[in-house]
Amino acid sequence: MTKVLEAKNINKYFKGAVDFHVLKDVSFDIKLGEFTSIMGKSGCGKSTLLYILSTMDTDYTGELYFNNELITGKSPNDLAYIRNKHIGFVFQFHYLLPEFTILENVMLPAKKLAEKSMQEIEHDAMEKLRLLHIDDQALKLASKISGGQKQRVAIARALINNPTIIMGDEPTGNLDSHNADNVFNIFRQLSQEQKLSLLVVTPDKEFADKTDRIIEMGDGMIIG
Amino acid sequence: MKWFLVILNISKTHLLSRIKQSSIAALGVTFGIGAFIILMSFMTGLNGLLDGLILNRTPHIHIYNEIKPNQQQPIHLFDEFSTNLNVVYSIKPKQTQLKIHNAQPIINYLEKDAKVKAALPQVKTQVFYMAGAIDLNGIVTGINAKNESTFFNFQDYIVDGKPEHLVNNLNGILLGIGAAKKMSLKIGDRVQIATTKGEIIPLKIVGFFQSGLADIDNVQSYVNLKTAQRILGENENYITDINVKLFDIEDAVPMSQMISKQFNLTAIDIKTANAQFETGTSIRTLISFSVSFTLLVVAGFGIYNILNMMIYEKMNDIAILKATGFSGYDVKLIFISQAVIIGFVGGVLGLIIGFIASKIISNLPFETQALPTIKTFPVNFDYMFYIIGIVFAMISTFLAGYLPARKAQNIDPVEIIRGQ
Ligand SMILES: Nc1ncnc2c1ncn2[C@@H]1O[C@H](COP(=O)(O)OP(=O)(O)OP(=O)(O)O)[C@@H](O)[C@H]1O
Ligand SMILES: [Mg+2]
Repeated sequence: MTKVLEAKNINKYFKGAVDFHVLKDVSFDIKLGEFTSIMGKSGCGKSTLLYILSTMDTDYTGELYFNNELITGKSPNDLAYIRNKHIGFVFQFHYLLPEFTILENVMLPAKKLAEKSMQEIEHDAMEKLRLLHIDDQALKLASKISGGQKQRVAIARALINNPTIIMGDEPTGNLDSHNADNVFNIFRQLSQEQKLSLLVVTPDKEFADKTDRIIEMGDGMIIG
Repeated sequence: MKWFLVILNISKTHLLSRIKQSSIAALGVTFGIGAFIILMSFMTGLNGLLDGLILNRTPHIHIYNEIKPNQQQPIHLFDEFSTNLNVVYSIKPKQTQLKIHNAQPIINYLEKDAKVKAALPQVKTQVFYMAGAIDLNGIVTGINAKNESTFFNFQDYIVDGKPEHLVNNLNGILLGIGAAKKMSLKIGDRVQIATTKGEIIPLKIVGFFQSGLADIDNVQSYVNLKTAQRILGENENYITDINVKLFDIEDAVPMSQMISKQFNLTAIDIKTANAQFETGTSIRTLISFSVSFTLLVVAGFGIYNILNMMIYEKMNDIAILKATGFSGYDVKLIFISQAVIIGFVGGVLGLIIGFIASKIISNLPFETQALPTIKTFPVNFDYMFYIIGIVFAMISTFLAGYLPARKAQNIDPVEIIRGQ
């Protein structure tokens, strides 16, 4: 199976009065269409790892490969393009642009990518919103919907450019069990049908058990 | 292009969702640019008026025959005394004429020069205006009225009547308004002129001349060139003054030196005659520019502040945009374009307000003795001010937006996302 993402000996320190070694020699890979979850105690470095894997954080040592291409050390513009086209990110906390409508929020990454016409983008965005059962809110302002709704919009946005991989930091943290199940099913379906890879941090053991593989983290290291 | 529209759309949404702050920032620019337009239009209008007062009616070079003692006294010709210190007391000018010798050929020569716009002959003579029991001192100048109007704005100083009435009229006179008042004369009346040779010539008043300077208006009158020659009893070659107007005032100094050397005449250039004048003009322009510049700097700080605040409020948005694939450059452009939109909208509004205010000012009544033909405030509607104004607005808002936008460009999204 082709590797979508590969981390080799990732180390990260938080510099301060005493340097804090958050990630210790983390190495692993994610294969095409693989649905992986990360579990671990609070403060063990899950979010920190995800920020590095998503190319947002470049302050680390070690090597990161995306589709077998070394992306460590690439220019910020190149990394922005990779994030835009290939990586969908769902944050631990819902993150939308409050002054834009739901629909515009979902469309924005596709507009930036500019590979499709506006009509196509809008059509796709509506499709993704329908998938997450939130299409009826499409024209509302993002600041005017509930936390769970926001999280679903964020997932729709992560899907808009049909990325290679979705990374989620507790993406179902704000959802009731019905919606959490829906999101899980969508993820499952996408990984099977479209070979979408998923890397999801979750505190939910039940959720994790249903994924292809669980990475156990503890104290900045992979322990299982 | 499509990408730029996406950026613009984001800035537009940001601006519109903070319409109050955006408007205040834009109004700062409006105020600065409006003040710039009003100040410049009014100040340069005033400058133009003052230019008109002196520069337009003053010849760039005034050529005449000055009566002065000869530098070359007979003793200087005597070789035996050439090494001595010769002192001659009370040298008097020898009997010469005020007439410019060979005036017509000189005028022809000057008019052929590419730098010369016009060279106009005048005949000046002393007279007395006879008013009943007393005689008033006067100066009558013979002119070619049509050319004087064309090149020296002569018509601006004629109240009642027209300079054209002097053309082909050997019996007409444009009487100084002061002299006219003293003698209680009105248009159509006759005034008796006594020449220095004792002749008395009656002339018909076709208009009044008002320069705004009482000393001049009390004595100065204008007649046809030929009339002045007749008053003096001289022929058509008799010319006492030549007034030269150049295309470029900067040529006045070298040209006047050349003329006085070549023709052995006195030639006074306008710069020597009115040295203090140019200083006043440039200082007024400088003041207008510095006041407007200050206003714009203040407006610029306003924009800087508002954008800075906006960026703090928009930290989350910036982090999301970056996380979803917008580059730092995109983010910078979002904020710079906001500043430039504020500058453009505020600037255009400033131009409109400046134009309207200038229009109002130019309709306010303004009466001055010095310029009898001016009835309202002088305002200069030069389109250059509007171009400078909008360019100024765009540049200053761009600069005010640049630093905050740079800050936004360098914001680390991870720090913001983690900070939640
Ligand atoms: N900016 C920072 N400076 C110093 N230490 C930090 C900083 N951010 C995080 N840490 C520390 O790094 C460690 C890992 O943080 P991280 O957010 O990755 O934990 P996490 O595994 O995601 O926890 P949670 O499950 O609570 O979200 C924590 O101990 C935290 O205190
Ligand atoms: Mg975390």
